Amino acid sequence: MTDHRLAWILLAPALAVLGGLTVYPALWVLWLSFQYRVPVFSISRWAGLDHYAFLAVDTRFWNAAWVTGVFTGCSVALECGLGLAMALALRGQSRGRRVALALLLLAWALPSVVTAKMFEWLYHPAGGLVNFLVGGRTINWLGDPDLALPALIAADVWRATPFVTLLCFARLLTIPADLYEAAQVDGAAGLQAFARITWPLVRPILLVALLFRTLDALRAFDIMFVLTGGGPAGATETLTVYAYRALFQTLQMGFGSAIGVVVFAFVMVVAVAYLWVINRQDQTA
Amino acid sequence: MRASRVRDGLVLLALAGYAAPFFWQAMTSLRPDTELLPLTHLWPTRLTLSHYDVVFRQSLMPRALVNSLGIALLSTLLAVGLGALAAYALARLPVRGRSLILLAMIAATAFPQIATVSPLYLLMRALGLRDTWLALILANGSFTLPLVTWLLAGFIREIPRALEEAAVVDGAGRLATLRWVVLPLAAPGIASAALLAFLFSWNEFLFAYSLTATEASRTVPVALALFPGVFEVPWGDIAAASLLASLPPILIVVGFQRYLVRGLLAGALRE
Repeated sequence: MTDHRLAWILLAPALAVLGGLTVYPALWVLWLSFQYRVPVFSISRWAGLDHYAFLAVDTRFWNAAWVTGVFTGCSVALECGLGLAMALALRGQSRGRRVALALLLLAWALPSVVTAKMFEWLYHPAGGLVNFLVGGRTINWLGDPDLALPALIAADVWRATPFVTLLCFARLLTIPADLYEAAQVDGAAGLQAFARITWPLVRPILLVALLFRTLDALRAFDIMFVLTGGGPAGATETLTVYAYRALFQTLQMGFGSAIGVVVFAFVMVVAVAYLWVINRQDQTA
Repeated sequence: MRASRVRDGLVLLALAGYAAPFFWQAMTSLRPDTELLPLTHLWPTRLTLSHYDVVFRQSLMPRALVNSLGIALLSTLLAVGLGALAAYALARLPVRGRSLILLAMIAATAFPQIATVSPLYLLMRALGLRDTWLALILANGSFTLPLVTWLLAGFIREIPRALEEAAVVDGAGRLATLRWVVLPLAAPGIASAALLAFLFSWNEFLFAYSLTATEASRTVPVALALFPGVFEVPWGDIAAASLLASLPPILIVVGFQRYLVRGLLAGALRE
């Protein structure tokens, strides 16, 4: 058997599964988004661009797009800032690194449904630790339209920052110590050393982490669906939650798919940006 | 020396503080109901296992744990099995359109689940697979397959070619080389990819929530999200159930940390 044939035999099962369960659904969702499809009433007819035309004037859609944007922007910014700070703090760690990483990565490894349930309890007006710590108040964090989104963002930041920390930390460990010694000889220390040595070397990996987190924040679903269910009054309803409700609560498979396609488009823009950044870093490296 | 020891201790303390939400949940799971609501003091006066008792005897959690474990293990097996074969071909054999396939693999890792869940739902319904393990094994396995393939292709490329060539000189065919030389050498990489795939399936919620209907296939995250409360929300029981849901992730970050870290870093730095 030639190597060419063997290669295709080895690739075939994976490509068949991906074709059937990833590529085909990805094309099918686009097709669905051009249809009125309500299985319970056996409705199935062509809709053309009707769903997209409706989305263009749908205030609930624009609210969800806005919430998704605020959620993504704020959580990713906080995760990158906090992640880098924690990585810098971890760098000098000589003892107990395994314990440190275990404590850190735990938040990242937990199911996000668990994280949502944990924070729901932490935010509880009467039984929550948060209110206890702010002096025994009874703030309704998740029930107040102004507080719910920040509370949700805090939960996501807690969950995802360790990922950024780990990437930055791994990069920091590869910076040779003599670079700093040389800088010290030149009279650069502290912030100056950070600006001249650390930052330029960490920036590329931080950019990668930023794009990864943006991808994940755009498609996040579990944490808001379980923590707030999109409420109160749509204050935390992202595009993914709106799509889910259209698909499985009002059972409009066509309309819900159209929202899914919009999320898909946003995510793909970020994915292309990611590939472009990686490509450019490869060329400059 | 002493200063650095103090500093190390402070960093560990800060990290323990970071993990505090989890420890608080652990304490809640052991706290008697009477001391949960309202919260009047930080430390409980006594600890109880009654919440775990309720979860094990009266909830769907035990069944969900079995479902989750089975589905996560089998979808990991699916992804790693198919991924390893494909990765070997992509790393070592002449494949026309290799860069296109690899590019498609990266793009597929970015696919949002919310966009593929409606076709998958209709597909599984048409195949009569709704509310079965198989539906989730296929959905989770195919979702992690691109990442697993990509990671393994990278790990296999790191293995020195000379070792394979030596095996070929000794008369071993390609498949024997793959089985007896490449796979054993790629074992740590396979462990990393498998851990990530397992963790994804264990934690996965959207597919599981949409494709399951009864306890026949409901996984732990779904059981937790739907945790029943008759008149009041049973916070202690929920905390106990979340602790059980957290056991595999804890085992992974404590016991298999090296492989997890390696997989995460390789996955992010896809050169």
